[in-house]
Amino acid sequence: MLASEKDQLRHEITAIAKKYEFHRSGLMPVLQHVQRAYHHISPEAMQEVADVFGIHPAEVHGVVSFYSFLSTKKKGKFIIRLCQTISCEMADKKAIATQLENDLGIKFGETTPDGMFTLEYTNCLGMCDQGPAMLVNDEVYTKVTPEGVADIIESYVKKFGAHVTHEEGAEK
Amino acid sequence: MSRHKTDLVIFSEIHVDQALKKALARERADLINEVRDSGLKGRGGAGFPTGTKWNLAGAAQGDRKFVVCNADEGEPGTFKDRVLLTDYAEQLIAGMVVAGYCIGAREGIIYLRGEYEYMMRGLKETMVAMRKRNLLGKDIAGKKGFEFDIHIHLGAGAYVCGEETALIESLEGHRGEPRNRPPFPVTTGYLGCPTVVNNVETFITAFHIIDKGAAWFRKFGTDKSTGTKLFSVSGDCARPGVYEFPMGITVANLLKEVGGENAKAVQIGGASGRCVARHEFGSTIAYEDIPTGGSIIVFGPHRNMLQVAKNFMEFFLEESCGQCTPCRYGTETLLEGIKLLEQKKCPMKYLRELISLGETMQVSSKCGLGQSAPNAFISILQNFKHEILAHPQGE
Repeated sequence: MLASEKDQLRHEITAIAKKYEFHRSGLMPVLQHVQRAYHHISPEAMQEVADVFGIHPAEVHGVVSFYSFLSTKKKGKFIIRLCQTISCEMADKKAIATQLENDLGIKFGETTPDGMFTLEYTNCLGMCDQGPAMLVNDEVYTKVTPEGVADIIESYVKKFGAHVTHEEGAEK
Repeated sequence: MSRHKTDLVIFSEIHVDQALKKALARERADLINEVRDSGLKGRGGAGFPTGTKWNLAGAAQGDRKFVVCNADEGEPGTFKDRVLLTDYAEQLIAGMVVAGYCIGAREGIIYLRGEYEYMMRGLKETMVAMRKRNLLGKDIAGKKGFEFDIHIHLGAGAYVCGEETALIESLEGHRGEPRNRPPFPVTTGYLGCPTVVNNVETFITAFHIIDKGAAWFRKFGTDKSTGTKLFSVSGDCARPGVYEFPMGITVANLLKEVGGENAKAVQIGGASGRCVARHEFGSTIAYEDIPTGGSIIVFGPHRNMLQVAKNFMEFFLEESCGQCTPCRYGTETLLEGIKLLEQKKCPMKYLRELISLGETMQVSSKCGLGQSAPNAFISILQNFKHEILAHPQGE
């Protein structure tokens, strides 16, 4: 990590932690921000967060590893989370899972080589009456059909294209 | 949005501004008594009397107290809070304000599950609008000296955080591992302060009770399970969605309403609830018979019940926080057992051991997650042992 990147990260972390007066109750909001902005929480980031809150990095790692929406492994810009719980299972989530794998060319738990999409299972999304359901980042899709999968993916490719000139494009 | 039966308690008409103003004009003790007399029990599933909880937190000593809304709706098959948070947010917030008034709290927190992040904006907009109408903030509804405000804390994907002490741990920035109880949150909750944690539906129901009276609420339901309850209905039925029914409705009647008459079994209470087979369809859904947080999953005649048990056990294995041994090892061992059953390789002696292990988990796990993790497995085996042990025709 470059020194300038590290400064930037510390600046962002401090800004959020400050809102919570550096109390530990601000830890989750900080980690959620890092996850959103950097698509994972790196060891360096955990160290920075620990320094800002004045706690041991192992404490931060303990929290990151506990919650399924936080990760130490780099995720795609868009995380597709297909509900695997019973009602969606009964609504033939398997067909959606297969189509997602075919359309993205990856298996569950993997990220596309271009870093765009990560494919995961998740537990009950609270859309049991409208399954199969899935989340793409924080957007929810219900009654997904195998055919509809391709359109959803395509809409994100387009959306990303629109933002490419901004901060996301600068990463390359 | 997929909502049915809009007339009883929770879905009945209420004028939020007037009801809140009316409530805040009354004495705290009077409001708590109203809730206590109504017999309302926690709607998240655990069923603790709400009035008692508010009374304990109100009596607890502390300069700072908290009202926390448990919007970590994660029980498989439950989605009624989703509808309430989207379409009835004003009533929820008003209910929290009233709870704050009753216990003497100035701060409220909505713990919103990470999966519901898309609701954040709507909730914040509702709060902004209510602040403008002076229903949130300082001197609420003209009540001099009473201030109360709410912020939203977003979860990050952990079912166990629906357990109130795990939720508090999570709020404090820790792993969502349940605490030992006692002390209970009503005396030692968030940041060690007296804290009331209630489900979304509980706050809304209490708000209606305070407006319309305990006697009105008691007209619905049974003696021990007063009022109505929201049910989230999914699975093999013609009309899935959110329903409001009086407590004490029979399983058979509920199935008729939702178009699931030909079900071979119903899972009542989600993954942590129990699987009820046809011969028990005369049972009632109530705290004294079959309790539930409102999740109803209907299984049609063609469903493979072992696969259902497997899905639930995979869920618990993933969601167990791993803190206590019965739950950590138990969920894993039971899932392996289900896989043996799937392969038709499970000795009967071992199957009995598995059931005994499940019963041990029920009594020895630290929190509700581990205690209820084996419920579905045990009840499905009890009801469908023949089906599970038999080979399909022709094999």
